[in-house]
Amino acid sequence: MNPFKHKGAGQRIPLVDGIEKVTGRARYTADLFAPDAYVGRIFRSPYAHGDILRLDVSEARALPGVIAIITGEACDQPYGVLPIAQNEFPLARGKVRYIGEPVAAVAAIDDATAREALKRIRLEVRELPAYFEPEAARAAGAVLLHDNRAGNLEREVHHEFGDVAAGFAAADLVREETYRCAEVVHAQMEPHAAMAAYDAERDHLTMHSVTQVPYYVHLTLARCLGMDAARIRVIKPFVGGGFGARVEVLNFEMVCGLLARAARGTVRMTLSREENFLTHRGRPQSHTRVKIGMRRDGVITACAMEMTQRGGAYGGYGIVTILYSGALLSGIYAIPAVKYDGYRVYTNTPPCGAMRGHGTVNARHAFESLLDTMAKELGLDPIEVRRRNLLRAPTETINGLKVMSYGLPQCLDAVEGASGWRDRIGRLPKGRGLGIGCSHFVSGSAKPIHFTGEPHATIILKLDFDAAITILTGAADIGQGSSTILTQAVIEVLGVDYARIRVIANDSAITPKDNGSYSSRVTFMVGNAAVQAAENLKKILVEAAARRLQAAPESINCMGEIYCVHGDSNRSASFNDVVAEALKGTGTITAKGTFTCPVEFQGGKHKGGAVGSTMGFSYTATVAEVSVDEELGTVKVEKVWSAMDCGRAINPLSVEGQVQGSVWMGMGQSLSEETRYEDGRHIDASLLEYHVPTIVESPDVEVHIVESIDPNGPFGAKEASEGALASMPAAVVAAVENAIGVRFTELPLTPERVLKVLADRKRREARRRRAEPAYEEGAA
Amino acid sequence: MKSLVRLRVNGIAREDAVPDNLLLLDYLRETLYLTGTKQGCDGGECGACTVLVDGKPRLSCLTLTAAVAGREVETIESLARNGRLSRLQQAFHEKLGAQCGYCTPGMIMAAEGLLRKNASPSVAEIRAALAGNLCRCTGYVKIVESVQAACAPPNGVTRT
Repeated sequence: MNPFKHKGAGQRIPLVDGIEKVTGRARYTADLFAPDAYVGRIFRSPYAHGDILRLDVSEARALPGVIAIITGEACDQPYGVLPIAQNEFPLARGKVRYIGEPVAAVAAIDDATAREALKRIRLEVRELPAYFEPEAARAAGAVLLHDNRAGNLEREVHHEFGDVAAGFAAADLVREETYRCAEVVHAQMEPHAAMAAYDAERDHLTMHSVTQVPYYVHLTLARCLGMDAARIRVIKPFVGGGFGARVEVLNFEMVCGLLARAARGTVRMTLSREENFLTHRGRPQSHTRVKIGMRRDGVITACAMEMTQRGGAYGGYGIVTILYSGALLSGIYAIPAVKYDGYRVYTNTPPCGAMRGHGTVNARHAFESLLDTMAKELGLDPIEVRRRNLLRAPTETINGLKVMSYGLPQCLDAVEGASGWRDRIGRLPKGRGLGIGCSHFVSGSAKPIHFTGEPHATIILKLDFDAAITILTGAADIGQGSSTILTQAVIEVLGVDYARIRVIANDSAITPKDNGSYSSRVTFMVGNAAVQAAENLKKILVEAAARRLQAAPESINCMGEIYCVHGDSNRSASFNDVVAEALKGTGTITAKGTFTCPVEFQGGKHKGGAVGSTMGFSYTATVAEVSVDEELGTVKVEKVWSAMDCGRAINPLSVEGQVQGSVWMGMGQSLSEETRYEDGRHIDASLLEYHVPTIVESPDVEVHIVESIDPNGPFGAKEASEGALASMPAAVVAAVENAIGVRFTELPLTPERVLKVLADRKRREARRRRAEPAYEEGAA
Repeated sequence: MKSLVRLRVNGIAREDAVPDNLLLLDYLRETLYLTGTKQGCDGGECGACTVLVDGKPRLSCLTLTAAVAGREVETIESLARNGRLSRLQQAFHEKLGAQCGYCTPGMIMAAEGLLRKNASPSVAEIRAALAGNLCRCTGYVKIVESVQAACAPPNGVTRT
């Protein structure tokens, strides 16, 4: 028997850095003490599209208190998170492509001087036609945003798996519908900030930033500043949320580094909330046409989808997003044939990027919505139709994705029971309704963006004379709790007390490289590395205990804080004594653990086949209950039941928090969140205009954890932070239909949209009555 | 123009010459280095900068320092006594009312203001009191639970 079994995994412990957060002691980037720092500010383009004719900064430069001014000339190295699509510069060169694009930057002795300097910068452009919708950007003869992208298409994807024509031919019912989702944005509570300190004597740069990907920031700084990476140090302080906003290097980070070098000192940049909206990288507006073939019994025979995404002005993650939307049509239900056509379009709007549930949310919404509609037409229960299409794990999908564990059936059972579905569906009063949606998501992309031949994750444990264990990790805790999960993983293996463990994260001078916190990779990949590191350390400790107790290593029982000889409890040594023995002759011990996704998990052989590949998919089923006020056009989510298969909940408290936050964010996208542009100008660039739900509009979310115990995850765990989001929009829209009999195909369901659709329905009904008066008169 | 402003911050008497247009938020963060109070927006949108002025929640980003002369200002840094967390802090920590933690100081101060005038608020009263404080991580579920736990009988909250 293992006496400390599950001392780590499965424990509902608070965050290991939670006390700093509730006391205000947590230092975020804007909180760092740097009285000598200059203030950096960015001059942004007021034009949506134009050739730069003249950029005059001389008047600004002459202002007393201005230390440095830089323009596009400061950096001629394009960057971008995908090595195959680097087309962005920290400051615009030659052209501006959206309103708000950084054009020049100032470092000054204080904020007032920096702002005054911005007013003295003169930009002259020759305006070009600007396109704010994909249709306009793709029209024949449209001016190209990027010369090498004909038709302003960043990427088109055409995938077909299985025999789609035969699939539709075998169907009893084929339906097709178009769904529109507005652009949304992360709106993480901490505004963007960076602080760069340039040491002119040594030609060294130290960067603190709000990033989710310190490693990419490091690489990109080296690239854009033309500096040896060894001269750069990147530190991630506490970060106030990310949700994907910070999974690629952002222009202000490069600008801050360039400014610091130009100023030969330290520059701090804190972006306004408006600038956060302009920096963007949110989920793109999408138009999704989906077609499903279904047998009378609800079994899906084929699916075809055409997705168009308005990508904004630069590449970023765009290619990955448009591939994800197609790839993740598979992996949740058994669909024998899938056709996908994706179009990612450049437009003169702020660049989109990755946002929680990257690429899958709008596609999933469309698919689940049509599935529901067709089930209704066939007289099938919405939960039942999903049961008819379940996968059996382990399996491989038609596009080469491996599904190793699959708890969706249990998720459906859980929310069906908890919501009282069977007794309540169809029996609620008018204006009140229930709806369901399902979703899945990757536990880390199995193929890294940068192919370096290195392991996908590395953890180092340091054990020293104090008998404390320090976890050194590059995994970026952005509030999701990764440092806590790594602590629990190490404790689960070693069985030591929590007090022995501390985490040092995200200082490139100290911690091992990590690809970053994106695609929900940390628990799975870095967690596995942590387990291996802890096992390696345990081996060392068991051998030391054997020496100390003069016994064979095989006979040593590790009981966490005590090591003893099996069957002889009198022969034991405390953890401290074992550590002292282990340090003899070697001194400080470091144990390393790594993890790499084997190549067979890295997706299909087709072009783009790596996107969507993962070692473990999470699964979610969500039931939402809504009330609709047809007079006001308001929709309120009254209650949510969400069941998530996260493999194994290493920290159930944390899983609940992640699922609640995810479905709630999905609710925001469903009901109130959208970014709108007028002639390319962002008109929702504040938290008053962009409607993040308040506590008053937010329901209770009851979370049910399903543990399918994945064969490859650490202790069976998979991701828990993203997958649930995509289940929510379809659940809300279905619940609204259940409440008032109207199926909405456009998100978000703002009162304006709801009232318009209801008014249209009224008009249609009136017309129908007018067209059939004789029948009514005859009946009367 | 600057004026000499006397006020108390976290129980300590202060006397500082402050510009007439200096926001309380900037005074706290940049003059006193009390960086627990956060800025999350461009003014009055998010509640992250909530502090107590004479015991009542107030947005420090919409308050001039000069306007609180002679008043008592309390920030998140004042809540822990003798190094121990207050009941609200303890509850937010244990119940996962804080994820990224950025909205947390403002959220806790707004809740503190509520509990001082209403020791056992209903869920609706909690929601109403925190309506101006945005959180992007939690969906608010565990924030409501945290505030409820903090006003439960003392033995209802376990201290660690």
